[in-house]
Amino acid sequence: MPRRPSFKLLLALALTAMIGAVLLVSAAAPARAADAAAFEAAVTALDQKSFGDKAKAVDALAALGDARTPQVLRALSAGQLVRHKETGRILIAAGGTLTDAATGEAVGPADGAPLAKIVANNQIRTQIEAALGAFLLFSENPAERITAARQVLGNPTPEAAPALVRALDAETDAGAREALTRALAAVQLLGGGTAAERLAAVETLSDTNDPALKALLTTAAANDPDAAVREAAGDAVKAIDTRMAVLEVGQNLIFGLSAGSILLLAAIGLAITFGVMGVINMAHGEMLMLGAYTTFVVQEVFRATLPPSVFGLYLVVAIPAAFVVTGAVGVAMERGIIRFLYGRPLETLLATWGISLILQQAVRSLFGATNREVANPEWMSGSLELLGLSLTANRIVIILFAFAVLGGLAAFLRWSSMGLNMRAVTQNRRMASAMGIPTGRVDALTFGLGSGIAGVAGVAISQVANVSPNLGQGYIVDSFMVVVFGGVGSLWGALAGAFSLGVVNKFLEPMAGAMLGKILVLVFIILFIQKRPRGLFALRGRAFEN
Amino acid sequence: MGPITRRLASLEKGRGWTVFLILTAAFAVGVPLLNAFAPADSALHVPTWVVQLMGKYLCYALLALALDLVWGFAGVLSLGHGAFFALGGYAMGMYLMRGIGDRSVYGNADLPDFMVFLNWKELPWYWWGFDQFWFAALMVVLVPGALAFVFGWLAFRSRITGVYLSIITQAMTYALMLAFFRNEMGFGGNNGLTDFKEILGFDMTADATKVGLYVATVLFLAASYLLCRFIVTSRLGRVLLALRDAESRVRFLGHSVTGAKLFAFTVSAMIAGIAGALYVPQVGIINPSEFSPANSIEVAIWTAVGGRGTLFGPILGALTVNGAKSFFTGVAPEIWLFFLGALFVVVTLFLPKGLLGLAATVKGLRRPTLPTPDTQPSGEKTHA
Repeated sequence: MPRRPSFKLLLALALTAMIGAVLLVSAAAPARAADAAAFEAAVTALDQKSFGDKAKAVDALAALGDARTPQVLRALSAGQLVRHKETGRILIAAGGTLTDAATGEAVGPADGAPLAKIVANNQIRTQIEAALGAFLLFSENPAERITAARQVLGNPTPEAAPALVRALDAETDAGAREALTRALAAVQLLGGGTAAERLAAVETLSDTNDPALKALLTTAAANDPDAAVREAAGDAVKAIDTRMAVLEVGQNLIFGLSAGSILLLAAIGLAITFGVMGVINMAHGEMLMLGAYTTFVVQEVFRATLPPSVFGLYLVVAIPAAFVVTGAVGVAMERGIIRFLYGRPLETLLATWGISLILQQAVRSLFGATNREVANPEWMSGSLELLGLSLTANRIVIILFAFAVLGGLAAFLRWSSMGLNMRAVTQNRRMASAMGIPTGRVDALTFGLGSGIAGVAGVAISQVANVSPNLGQGYIVDSFMVVVFGGVGSLWGALAGAFSLGVVNKFLEPMAGAMLGKILVLVFIILFIQKRPRGLFALRGRAFEN
Repeated sequence: MGPITRRLASLEKGRGWTVFLILTAAFAVGVPLLNAFAPADSALHVPTWVVQLMGKYLCYALLALALDLVWGFAGVLSLGHGAFFALGGYAMGMYLMRGIGDRSVYGNADLPDFMVFLNWKELPWYWWGFDQFWFAALMVVLVPGALAFVFGWLAFRSRITGVYLSIITQAMTYALMLAFFRNEMGFGGNNGLTDFKEILGFDMTADATKVGLYVATVLFLAASYLLCRFIVTSRLGRVLLALRDAESRVRFLGHSVTGAKLFAFTVSAMIAGIAGALYVPQVGIINPSEFSPANSIEVAIWTAVGGRGTLFGPILGALTVNGAKSFFTGVAPEIWLFFLGALFVVVTLFLPKGLLGLAATVKGLRRPTLPTPDTQPSGEKTHA
């Protein structure tokens, strides 16, 4: 919390305490029903020559706690409070009209009326600011009351207790009630309450996840005069720790799954081309990039030609568009270059690297080297809370999307005749050819399919990362690692590889830092393929032995 | 002729030795002479900046030569040779860094500037000894060699071949890049090591030092060439060639495939380390971007352009491609990546034997060189 507000808050609390004290001593009726005459007198009393007297008058006015008090004080602070020289009434001159400060009755236009301004200095303004803070606890708006209660919670002092009790009595809104209860508990625990009250306060606060409140409970566990309270607070702190640890694991898991689903999308295309053709496509990362740029273009077309109401649908169009664009580039690559290099996997690797350089430079020349902005559609922005975890909508959509793509691809490979051909070529190219499967066509379509899926992955990536010509480079090594780890040509391998890498990375990050975590994962994979040189889900059979 | 002389003479056939000696002399003696004595306005004059640029390219040539030893002769396409190059460079950079002494910006004689900046109080243990040239020189070959040995042992033992090995080596250099980017590693982080003052007591800004470094590069390149020639003409060289073309058969014949590959890989990494060590004083900086996977892949294209499996080809390729790079980035920087990309495609599609193969075809001569990989029997290594 920045310095200034908390300083004001202290003042506010001091004032609240004063108000409380006045009320307790007089055992008066609720503040909102303060005597109108007394209020009017207090307002009139603001018109003082000396600032010292004026300050006292402000205090007195604040202590009355009338519903109109904030309005009058704000006017004074803003220099809008005036005295009518003839009637002597205190008025508020705002927006060219005059209203009676005490009653709120409209008096007439400000123009031409003989008015004397009631001046405030900075000290008084500060004082007013503080008094207004306390009034927020009794604001008409529940959200303001909650904010005020949270402020007390952030910095509980015993003096705030009476005001809180009073606010709690009058409170009807459930959310504000909860916030007030917690604030009161914090205040009582800090020394404001009896042993029983403190015990109850520990109970109230034990379900918090707020580190400041945990610190409060920790203090209580160490310093509270009552042994029972100390013990209860200690237990509460332990419970909070456990819950926080579980929550953190959950959070990491979700983040890991989200990172993993991006990796999965990026890697499955690679896995099938590598599996079917034994070819490493170094330009795979550029397919992601092209997919992302296709998304950008579709978005721009939507912006330019269609009404904003359907803008959110651009993603739905971008997905097939990206698939078609990158799929076509893939087929062209295969027919134009790669098919001449069969049986020479290392040369294929170099040639596709060359293609990746060309594609990068082409996009850089067309769209410029700077990042392009792709907006999240409305239905993908925002976040939802689930069991204390906050999940952003776009991440969830991407996780679901990755599974949908994986499921679709698995179904395609399992049930379509093209999928059957692809599996046959993967398992034994020569035998498949002998059985009449057109391996050349299967190769081209496989490459197109793998590239198309990469393009679709690019659509997903455009929603979470910057779209730049270098986009693909950031994913290519990781995608390779997924394929190497999971096993070539296996969708389930890609799934297992992507999610374990994503999750492991996220868990290592807080411990070792992002870079060191990545290094550790790479070292782990290098060691892992010692044991399983063909990955987790290795394809078996004579054709793979060499 | 004793046996050793005979063995040496047999390294080159036909006019090989003559060509080798003429080229070495021209580069090691001729260029410095033209730099020093040809009048500045004559066409023959070689300005010092050109000498420096040539020195840089020759370092690349040395790196390409190292890659050719493993790729052209053992069929191991390492995409991590940039890592060995950079490690050698860092070892040399650390020596140069220690040589700055109290002439640094912070003027701390005991610590390099970036450590002072990071508030470090004493030199980390892995910097000990780098104030001695002999120690740094040893590390230039030992560190890349040790990494290659351990990495190669792990990889070759579990029979990781082909594209798998390429990817894993790429991951290695990528991991190292990430590691060296970290300030906590103590290698200068993002900025790397730079602002060197002197090498072996010679002022680094002096023209004579620059020419001297260039000559040293030529000599190291010539010596490394002979070393590689020696290896590939030895019995072990035959085994390497054989396993490149049919690994399983060599294994079944009882040769140690792992041992042969490991030897070539380690020697190659050491040569790459030397190339890096010569490179750093000539360009005046080493930073983690040298580890980037793209750099290592570029080395493969130099080798392929010249003609792999020839030892001379990669040297030619590195000089050609880098010459073209300097030309294009000067004239039209946008074009360069298109050109480089097209080079990858064209060379793999149409020039599997590189420029040397092209020259041989054009002359219609059958060069008595070793067979190139595209003559490998089908059935093996396809769809690895």
